[in-house]
Amino acid sequence: MAKYLAIRLLDAMPTIVLVLTLVFIAMRILPGDPALAALGDMALPEQLAMYRERMGLNDPLWLQYINFVKGVVTLDFGTSLITDVPVIQLLKNNITHTIELTVVAVLMGLVLGIPLGVLAATNRDRAPDSAMRVYALVGYAIPDFYLGAILLIVFSLNLGWFPINGVGEGFWDRMHHVFLPALTLALLKSAFLGRLTRTSLLEVMGRDYIRTARAKGARERRVVYRHGLRNAMLPLSTGIGLSILATLSGSVAVELVFNRPGIGRLLVTAIHERDYPIIQAGVVVFAALVVLVNLMVDLVYALVDPRVRVSS
Amino acid sequence: MTELVAVAKPHPVEDVALQPEPGIRDLVAAVIFARTSTIIAAIVVLLFVLVAVFAPVLAPYDPLKQSFVKINQLPSTEHWLGTDAFGRDVLSRMIWGSRNSLIFGLLSPILAALVGGTLGVTAGYFGGIVDRIVTRIIDMLMAFPELLLAILIAAALGGSFWNIVVVLTVAFTPGFARVSRASTLAVKEEPYVEAAIAAGVRTPVILFRHVVPNIAAPIVALVTLWTASAIRLEATLSFLGIGTRPPQPSWGNIIREGLNNMFATSWPIYAGGLAITIVVLAISLIGDRLRDVLDPETGQ
Repeated sequence: MAKYLAIRLLDAMPTIVLVLTLVFIAMRILPGDPALAALGDMALPEQLAMYRERMGLNDPLWLQYINFVKGVVTLDFGTSLITDVPVIQLLKNNITHTIELTVVAVLMGLVLGIPLGVLAATNRDRAPDSAMRVYALVGYAIPDFYLGAILLIVFSLNLGWFPINGVGEGFWDRMHHVFLPALTLALLKSAFLGRLTRTSLLEVMGRDYIRTARAKGARERRVVYRHGLRNAMLPLSTGIGLSILATLSGSVAVELVFNRPGIGRLLVTAIHERDYPIIQAGVVVFAALVVLVNLMVDLVYALVDPRVRVSS
Repeated sequence: MTELVAVAKPHPVEDVALQPEPGIRDLVAAVIFARTSTIIAAIVVLLFVLVAVFAPVLAPYDPLKQSFVKINQLPSTEHWLGTDAFGRDVLSRMIWGSRNSLIFGLLSPILAALVGGTLGVTAGYFGGIVDRIVTRIIDMLMAFPELLLAILIAAALGGSFWNIVVVLTVAFTPGFARVSRASTLAVKEEPYVEAAIAAGVRTPVILFRHVVPNIAAPIVALVTLWTASAIRLEATLSFLGIGTRPPQPSWGNIIREGLNNMFATSWPIYAGGLAITIVVLAISLIGDRLRDVLDPETGQ
């Protein structure tokens, strides 16, 4: 297992290096003069010179790259151009909210999606199955920010059941605040997960061990959940990984809809204000989270299915 | 019983060879006219395209014209979807906004198909070190959800027409590269390609005459499916304020402005969101069906 983990970690390294290099190229080279891009056309020459000096833009490119990588490794992302607050502080303040939203949303998505998928699979080609199909299609088509806006208008603005913005304090208050944003993402992901559960379960239900279980006289419920769903979990775990990533990227728009602090809103606000150190850090954090989630999916795969460990 | 007979009967080789390629008309018939849902979807897509093309004629008002005396009106016979915080006619903005969706929806998947297809075919056909590098980069990029990739690139580049095109294209390229590489690998083993190689046909001719036409089907299906994704993605980026810039209308930024103004009127939000949902739903219905018809093995 330790060997497998090491291989996976090594495997993730090129991705991380590629991402860092891409971020560096995009931020330093592509938009022309970064100082001009950051300060705008109205900036005075002295201001531009000061900015270049402060951001180390006068150094040769290779030195800038090394400093950039060093900064990322030591978690030193500089300070915000607008507020002068250390970027790492901003990240710390925001990341817990994003992770909270993602975790709650994925859990809700699983709780909603898997039973729906089981229902569709056990009622193949009947009403629940067709309903699942429609649900999956609509869930794919409806944008998360639109669904979020509807939920916000109906349940917060009109009915007043949930707070309109913020994150709350203490466990229950936090859950109260995170409920609608998480539900938005969860509804959409449950459509995807439900469809996936249906497909993997149907595939498994045709196997011999299911027939054996039925022949032994096991009750249908036990056959479906114990023998069927358990084996269907393997392809499903990839889907869950994809869902976590989709939820993470969906959190950006949803944080904006519900006016909720988080890495997504931090990043989008920074893009508007051209606050380059924050943009850079936000991009790196998201990329790191993606790599981390993919790594976790690989590990779960290896834990669940010993064949994966042996073959690599 | 009939099935058994059909299986037992040997399939004459000549029959397969002489079978005419299904024409574009048969394909359209199979994809669209076989089901009620796809017929409705096709009508929706057609309407959407017509609205986008004839926006200047159809829009009752100038989508950018502001009016202080008309702000935040609810729907009326004069303004079917009401007006926004600047007194602009929401319906006119919706109609003009459809152009955005159509342009990005078509342009970026097609560009991505060209770039990704070239990469995939090159990697798949030549193999070796090129293949290893391309595959590796595709794998890395595929690790990122399209939206996140798009946000990350948009973050670095900023939003403008061509930047959005670039962003969406880069986000879709890895998928096309992967599919076309896999298809090329399969086609490469076919006897007609081997025969062409043996006959000394030049490589570019083999690629364009034998490989590309035979991998076109899954690519076309993918373009259709990703038109839906591109429309949703552009809307999301515009909603985030890193896509189409106000005051230019786009369905995404109509919702964004509606959200900022939701205490006054929520009509723009409903209008923009419904439009995106319906168009994306219609296009993905057709795309799903197209994929099933072109590649019956993966469908269902």
